[in-house]
Amino acid sequence: MSGTFGMPLPGYRRPPAETQPAYLEPRYVSTLKRAPSRPLVLLPHTLSEITGPVFGWNDIGAGDHDLTRQHDGEPIGERIIVSGLVLDEDGRPIPHSLVEIWQANAGGRYRHAVDQHHAALDPNFTGCGRTLTDHEGRYRFITIKPGAYPWRNHPHAWRPSHVHFSLFGPSFCTRLVTQMYFPGDPLLTRDPMYLSVPSEEARRRLIASFDWETTVPEETLGYRFDIVVRGREATPMEDPQGRRP
Amino acid sequence: MKLPPTASQTVGPYLHVGLAWLTIDHVAAPDCPGQHLAIGGRVLDGDGQPVTDALVEIWQADTHGGYAHAEDTRAGPLTAGFHGFGRVPTDGDGRYRFFTIKPGPVADPQGGLQAPHLLVSVFMRGLLKRLVTRVYFPDEPRNADDQVLRLVPVERRGTLVARRTASDELAWDIILQGAGETVFFDC
Repeated sequence: MSGTFGMPLPGYRRPPAETQPAYLEPRYVSTLKRAPSRPLVLLPHTLSEITGPVFGWNDIGAGDHDLTRQHDGEPIGERIIVSGLVLDEDGRPIPHSLVEIWQANAGGRYRHAVDQHHAALDPNFTGCGRTLTDHEGRYRFITIKPGAYPWRNHPHAWRPSHVHFSLFGPSFCTRLVTQMYFPGDPLLTRDPMYLSVPSEEARRRLIASFDWETTVPEETLGYRFDIVVRGREATPMEDPQGRRP
Repeated sequence: MKLPPTASQTVGPYLHVGLAWLTIDHVAAPDCPGQHLAIGGRVLDGDGQPVTDALVEIWQADTHGGYAHAEDTRAGPLTAGFHGFGRVPTDGDGRYRFFTIKPGPVADPQGGLQAPHLLVSVFMRGLLKRLVTRVYFPDEPRNADDQVLRLVPVERRGTLVARRTASDELAWDIILQGAGETVFFDC
């Protein structure tokens, strides 16, 4: 089947509104001058949108998933394994797909010129990793638990510990950037980014679960974080009404 | 099984730590077939101030209108080695620039052809989810019939068309708010 012959290819489902933040979130001050003020135009999913960039093992290094092995010495902090599945809304694993992460060090400091937090830089930690999901949609990173850090959004503003995730999935439509949080973090209750997600259930899914299964004795604690990208609409042939967005 | 999609969160101000390794501003190699061009501009916020911590990504077809992706099953040729993906962070003046080729026309769902376009994602601190837009080319007769452009109110379509500069580059600013606000799409 090809769009060339006028047979529409199935697009991707629109995410339910309660699962995603709005652009304008007054509690997160930076949105005020950066959120679009005009209504968005609904974009049909043409061949341009249902295709997307493809990456392979040649694009990344073999050790890029291990953030504790990028320097001569061991980084300071609690060693953790962050692993999980990348799935679509139908539970289908997303294989061979690029996952990028970045994070602060154990003291809550990023290796970045703009970060002026007075926690020390760690000469043995950069805070950047990437990998591809395997044929069953699994990914795995070895890193250290990032620290919380202050920011200037409001008085006593501290970001909860988090790891930034960037994913591509199978198409332009499935591109996703998110943040993974840690269970039991008291800072979550006042974090405007976390709270920007309307549904409490959707917010909870941004929190990794502690995972005995992936914990390595005497070495590394395990956290599990599954990520769900948008699923495909039914193909036109499967949908007798031929409904299209 | 129906799983809810994971919520989007902002890239934050330190996006370069994780994303700059894959900076690709030369999307097309010098020997890549097609009409080579430079396209760039500034990202501007609601005060008209340059956004110096944005990331711009593009996705595009090759000169034949083909995508380097398994879903593109059309019979036409595909440029070997052309991946169609670009990514650049904005600089200290809020500027970005890509060196690429003009894509060929791509099929539209009605069986016609779309005008040549780049798909664009914009990420930055203060955006809790990416912005999606498209940029089209000046002096392109297919723009008038493009099914996506026709969904955009006439008076705003111009925000999606690059202009040619005196130095023969293509200029296209991404304006987040206010007068001349770029049209963004619900993708």
